[in-house]
Amino acid sequence: MIKDEQKESFASGQRQSMADYLSPLVRGIKPSGIRRFFDLVSSRKDVITLGVGEPDFVTPWHVREAAVYSLETGKTQYTSNAGMPELRGAIGQYLNDQFAVEYNPADEIVVTVGGSEAIDLALRALIAPGDEIMIPEPCYISYSPITALSGGKPVGIETYARDGFKLKADSLQAAITPRSKVLILCYPSNPTGGIMTYEDWLPIAKVVEENDLIVISDEIYAELTYGTRHVSFAAMPGMKDRTILVSGFSKAFAMTGWRMGYACGHSDLIAAMLKIHQYTVMCAPIMAQYAALEALQHGLEEKDRMVEAYNQRRRLVVKGLCDIGLTCHEPQGAFYAFPSVVSTGLSSERFAQRLLDEANVAAVPGDVFGLGGEGHLRCSYATSVTNLTEALDRIGQFVYKLKQEG
Amino acid sequence: MNELQLKVLELLKEDARRDAELIATMLDVPAEDVKQAITDLEKDHIIVKYATVVNWSKVDDEKVTALIEVQITPERGRGFEGIAERIYLYPEVKSVYLMSGAYDLLVEVEGKNLKEVASFVSNKLSPIDAVLSTKTFFILKKYKQDGIIFEEHEGDHRLMVSP
Repeated sequence: MIKDEQKESFASGQRQSMADYLSPLVRGIKPSGIRRFFDLVSSRKDVITLGVGEPDFVTPWHVREAAVYSLETGKTQYTSNAGMPELRGAIGQYLNDQFAVEYNPADEIVVTVGGSEAIDLALRALIAPGDEIMIPEPCYISYSPITALSGGKPVGIETYARDGFKLKADSLQAAITPRSKVLILCYPSNPTGGIMTYEDWLPIAKVVEENDLIVISDEIYAELTYGTRHVSFAAMPGMKDRTILVSGFSKAFAMTGWRMGYACGHSDLIAAMLKIHQYTVMCAPIMAQYAALEALQHGLEEKDRMVEAYNQRRRLVVKGLCDIGLTCHEPQGAFYAFPSVVSTGLSSERFAQRLLDEANVAAVPGDVFGLGGEGHLRCSYATSVTNLTEALDRIGQFVYKLKQEG
Repeated sequence: MNELQLKVLELLKEDARRDAELIATMLDVPAEDVKQAITDLEKDHIIVKYATVVNWSKVDDEKVTALIEVQITPERGRGFEGIAERIYLYPEVKSVYLMSGAYDLLVEVEGKNLKEVASFVSNKLSPIDAVLSTKTFFILKKYKQDGIIFEEHEGDHRLMVSP
C-alpha cells in the first residue's frame, strides 16, 4: 500500500517508483537467470526435470524423527549463537575423521542457516569497499551478488571443459591485482561436477600464499566424489589459517530444507563472522540442529548408500549424453553433468528453451553460471533411474531432430 | 557370492525390469559380466523369480489374506520340515515361516473371501494330525511390503529448478 505522502512525493517528481527507495547496491543486482528459467518450467506439465540442485532423497527417517523428538521434549529455545556445543563437537570430529582437518569446536566453528549464510558471513566479515574477490567460474550463482552486496568487486576467473573445469594456477595468477583479497573456491563444483585433487591444489596454494589471499572454500559437495576422496583446501599444508571452510548438511545428508550449514576457520575470523551472525539470525533453529546432530552420529552409512546411488546414475547420464553426441567431461563430484551443446549449433539458452518446449525436459542453461558456462547445459542426476532413462531418451530424440534440421 | 553378484541383486531388487546393459552402465562393468552374474544367480536359484508387487486393494476383486499362527508337534527325525511341506504345498498358502517363540509356523493364506480362508483352516490345516492349534488373523490393510510403501505419501516435493 502506498501512503498518500508518498504519492505526493511521486507527483512532485522526487521518486518515480517504490524501487527508487532501494539501495543502489541492491538495485545493481541482476535477477538470477535460473529464476527466469524456473518460471518457464513451472508453468508446464509432464516435464522431466534435470534442473534440480538438491538430492531427490527425502531426509532419512531417523533424522526427521530426531527433530520430532526434540520438539516433543520441548527443545524450542535459542541455542548458543555459534550452535549447540554437542553439534559443534560432532562437526569437529566428523571433519577430522572424513577430511583430516582439525577445528576447535569452542571457537573455530559456527553453525549457520545453510551454507549460504556461512558464505554471506564470510564475505561480509572480510570485504572492505573495493576489495576484489576472485571467483572461478562457471560456479554457483550466489557468490558474485553477495560480494557486490558487501561492497566488494567480483572478479570471475574462467575455467574450461578441457581442464575438467579445474582452477589453474596461471589463470588465478593472471587475475590478481593489488586489490585482490579473497578467492572463493567451490569444489566439487556446482554446476560442472569438477573436482580438485591434492596435486591440483598444490600450485593454487602456492599462489594463495605468495599473494597473501584468504580463501573461502565452499565444500558443500565434499561427500559427493566418485572414485576419489575429496581433499579439503584447508587440509593443504599451510592453508588452514588462510581458509574459511564452508559446508553443511544439505547435499551429503539430503537435508536441504533444514538450512543447516557451518563455517570453520581461524578463531579471529570465526569470531568476526559470529558477530554478524548473532545480530542477524541469533542462532540456527534448534530442531534442525538436533536433526543435524543425529545425521552425524548415525547417518554416515545411509549417506554412503546415497552416494553410491548418485554414482550409478552419474555413469548412466555421462554415457547417455556421450552416446547422444553431447560431449561431456567426466564429472567426478557433486551430482551434475555439464555437457557441451556446441555441436548442435545452439546457444545454451536456446538449447535449454527448445529442449523444454520440444522434448519436455528441463535442464539449466550453462550461461547462468558465469564465465565459461555458455555452450553447456547443467544436468542434475539427482533423480530416479527411471526418470534419467526417459530424459536421456527424449534428449536423444531431440538432438537427432536438430541434426535432421541442420 | 561375489561383489558384483551382490550389487546386481541390489539393483534388481529395486527394479526387476532393469536389463543387463543398464546395470552394467550403472556399475561401470562389462555387460557380459552382468549377464553372466544374472545367469549364475538364476541357476543357483538365488534369483528365484521376477515377480510383481501388487497393491491388490486397488483391484476390484479384492482378496482376503490371513496370517495364521500354527503350533505343531515336530516329527522325530524330520522336525518341522514334513509338516511345513504338507502346508506350503496348498496353492492358497502364500508363505510359510518357521518361527521362534510361542508358536511354530506362521502361515500366510489368501482367499477370495473370509469364508474361503475359514474353510481352509477348518478343513485342511487344523485336521493335520501334528497341528495342535491355530490362531487366525485377517489382514485389514497392507502399508508396506518387501520394503515398498504402498501408498507413497512422500512424492517429489522439490522445486522444478533450483540453483
